[in-house]
Amino acid sequence: MRLLKLVPDDTNIDFLRWRKVASFMSFFLVAVSIALVAVKGLNLGVDFVGGQSVRVEFTQEMPPIDDIREKVGQIGLGEATIQQFGSDKAVSIRTALPEGDKAAAERAGQQLVAGIEKAFPTAKTGSVETVSGKVSGELIRTGAISLGLAIIGISIYIWIRFEWQFGVGALGRLFHEVSLTFGLFAVTQMQFDLNSVAALLTIVGYSLNDTIVVYDRIRENLKKYRKMDIVPLLNLSINETLSRTVMTTVAMVLALGVLLLFGPDVIFGFTAAMLFGVFIGGYSSVLMSTPVLVWLKVGPHSFVPRTSAGMDGGERVERKDDGAVV
Amino acid sequence: MLDFPRWKTISISIILLLGILFSIPSFLPEKTRDSLPAFMQAKVNLGLDLAGGSHLLLEADIDDLRKTQLANMEKTVRAAMNGERGPDDDIAIGELTTEGGKISFLIRDQAQLDDARDRLFSQTQGAAMTGQRDWNIDIVDTTRIVMTPTTAGQTQAVADAMDSARDIIDKRVNDLGTREPTIIREGNDRVVVQVPGLQDPAALKELIGKTARLEFRMVDPNADPAEAAAGRVPVGSEIVPYAEGEGSGATFEVLRRQVMISGEQLINAKQSFDPQSNEPVVSISFDSGGSSTFAKVTAQNVGKRFAMVLDGKVLSAPSINEPILGGSAQISGSFSVASANALAISLRSGALPVKMAVVEERTVTPELGADSIRKGVIAGIIATVAVLVLMMVVYGRFGIYANIALFFNVFLIIAIMAAFNATLTLPGIAGFVLTIGAAVDANVLINERIREELKRGRKVYQAIDLGYSEASRAIFDANVTNVIAAVLMFWFGSGPIKGFAVVLTIGIVTSVFTAVTVTRMFVAHWLRTARPTSINI
Repeated sequence: MRLLKLVPDDTNIDFLRWRKVASFMSFFLVAVSIALVAVKGLNLGVDFVGGQSVRVEFTQEMPPIDDIREKVGQIGLGEATIQQFGSDKAVSIRTALPEGDKAAAERAGQQLVAGIEKAFPTAKTGSVETVSGKVSGELIRTGAISLGLAIIGISIYIWIRFEWQFGVGALGRLFHEVSLTFGLFAVTQMQFDLNSVAALLTIVGYSLNDTIVVYDRIRENLKKYRKMDIVPLLNLSINETLSRTVMTTVAMVLALGVLLLFGPDVIFGFTAAMLFGVFIGGYSSVLMSTPVLVWLKVGPHSFVPRTSAGMDGGERVERKDDGAVV
Repeated sequence: MLDFPRWKTISISIILLLGILFSIPSFLPEKTRDSLPAFMQAKVNLGLDLAGGSHLLLEADIDDLRKTQLANMEKTVRAAMNGERGPDDDIAIGELTTEGGKISFLIRDQAQLDDARDRLFSQTQGAAMTGQRDWNIDIVDTTRIVMTPTTAGQTQAVADAMDSARDIIDKRVNDLGTREPTIIREGNDRVVVQVPGLQDPAALKELIGKTARLEFRMVDPNADPAEAAAGRVPVGSEIVPYAEGEGSGATFEVLRRQVMISGEQLINAKQSFDPQSNEPVVSISFDSGGSSTFAKVTAQNVGKRFAMVLDGKVLSAPSINEPILGGSAQISGSFSVASANALAISLRSGALPVKMAVVEERTVTPELGADSIRKGVIAGIIATVAVLVLMMVVYGRFGIYANIALFFNVFLIIAIMAAFNATLTLPGIAGFVLTIGAAVDANVLINERIREELKRGRKVYQAIDLGYSEASRAIFDANVTNVIAAVLMFWFGSGPIKGFAVVLTIGIVTSVFTAVTVTRMFVAHWLRTARPTSINI
């Protein structure tokens, strides 16, 4: 049986030639994403701004969105944000956090459910979420902290396992991917909630898979070809791992794509964010996370002891190498 | 790396078999599962977003607790100053205030100051292990006693109140007859209530959010309605508003401050129907102390009215037609059967020591949950099949090995989740699908490496050996970063996301085992028996 090869053997693509273009692209995209978040803002869910959100399914024909908006407006909880799900008969209706004591959101939630069921007899409540202002503040804080800790923690791990230049490369890459994903949420105005933070953390974890595979190969090649210039060496490393990068990306896109198409619409945003992360992950492991190493002057000396530490002799070198090989 | 002694093969096979064995109960319907031996009962729990149900986060009103604490101490002070041995023993006090969270009062006779202080001191307690008392007693200007609650005392009071609030909520939720509720304290002043499979969260909130402080008090017959409307009431009385929808027109009653009988003296409360009107009511019975007080007071006050007060609101204020001797009474109000039942449960469980407010609610109906499971499982199966086909088409025999490993991986994840009694949530299903995609990554790394080594002209055996050993390093590093992300998710995340992190973490561990160790075992066996001179990879 002839096996399928997604990437031909012995590719020799000069990826690093595009490093300036790619870096410019990345900076540009990050800047655009930040600007988008600043200008359009994120469509924050009740998790982060407080308020009440109801998922409603209509057992018969769904009334027009404007009609729903008008009727919900009459309940007296202010303007409603209405979002349609993948299926054609379900919507999420959200109203802003009411003023009052800490149980105000919960009362407003009951009011919202009762109001909707009264206005639309064919409406069925699928889920209700109410979050008070205090709790949403805490959720924003812990969400931001955990995202920050994940990025820093993983970069430190890479620094310890490789060299500081690699840690910086990982940090840059993670920042790049997180920014772009935020940009996606700003462009699409998909609801940004706790699930989205989980998706971001997953992207952070998995995108490093790619980086590590490439970095691991760079480390190996740096030891193997001491005399080779850094640019061809990086190119070689990327090419050698290219078929793996492509194959893994295809497998992940396949799995997540199926989940996006056939999975529950409740987690559509969650899956979409992860799928997007896998795409930009593929792009950055090939074109983005390695050029950093050129600028930070990684070279063959990165994995051998510096001459100043030479007095410890060869034994220490051995141990260091062993430590790097599990 | 390709050396597999018999003991290794046997132990790996045992682990895989156990994985399948312990994942079985999670697939069986409840009835079949019940007939299995006890060690086979563990199954994966479904999260609220899949099973349907309510997640409520309740926060205590600490200010309210402080107020209650202060009011109780005020009562204690007054009682302590009334001596045990009759009027001669009384210590006269005056100008008592509770401003600024302190109790401050004047001792009329300076000679009694030390006695007063001793009596009060015996009413305070040590606060936990801190060595502090719960109240400080100071003497100011040689005539005034000031009692200040200490920080340790307050912390202790909050902790005690929360423990008992949790227990009371537990009793109430269990009384409602729900299955497997989870009620746990969180942080200093919060309680999380999770009730799976619930259709009507409104009833649940009604039940657990109610403080249920019940008091029977006499209506002040001397109060002049016009004066009272202007806010002037006789000494020893106060204005108490009617609960919403009660009072048939009247908005308040003037009640004696003194409580005739309180909810603590109840021994039972149940929902029943009024024999005359056939309306839902709550029948209550008092303990012996309560019964005799009730009998005595009603005998003395025939023709007058008393009020039933719940959480500071009057429910009804009936006339006493005759002395009530049996120690039982009916609480009437505009109840539905459900609300009367809820009140009965709340009264039976006792009053919450502190007001609780719902600060977060997440409710999913069982129908939406079932829909999510169905779609999630369908997507999971299609995704798995797609990845299996891809692996087979790209890596041939080695792809099939990876696929068999993936199959075991699925069972291992379920088995471990069942063993830890972990909860599967909707994001958890996504985590499952993601794990399928990621699990093959390890095999991709290994197989690509084998291809490379073959291209470099190595012999089959050596290429495979190198493929496994060289790829393992990157596999290890890559998975550590995933674990870092998953641990953080578990730490910060709420229910569903915790579930995602759990699946992810378990999936990472099992996939490394199946994708690296198990496939290596298959490959080693094949190499030993078939002795291939060339391989198609």
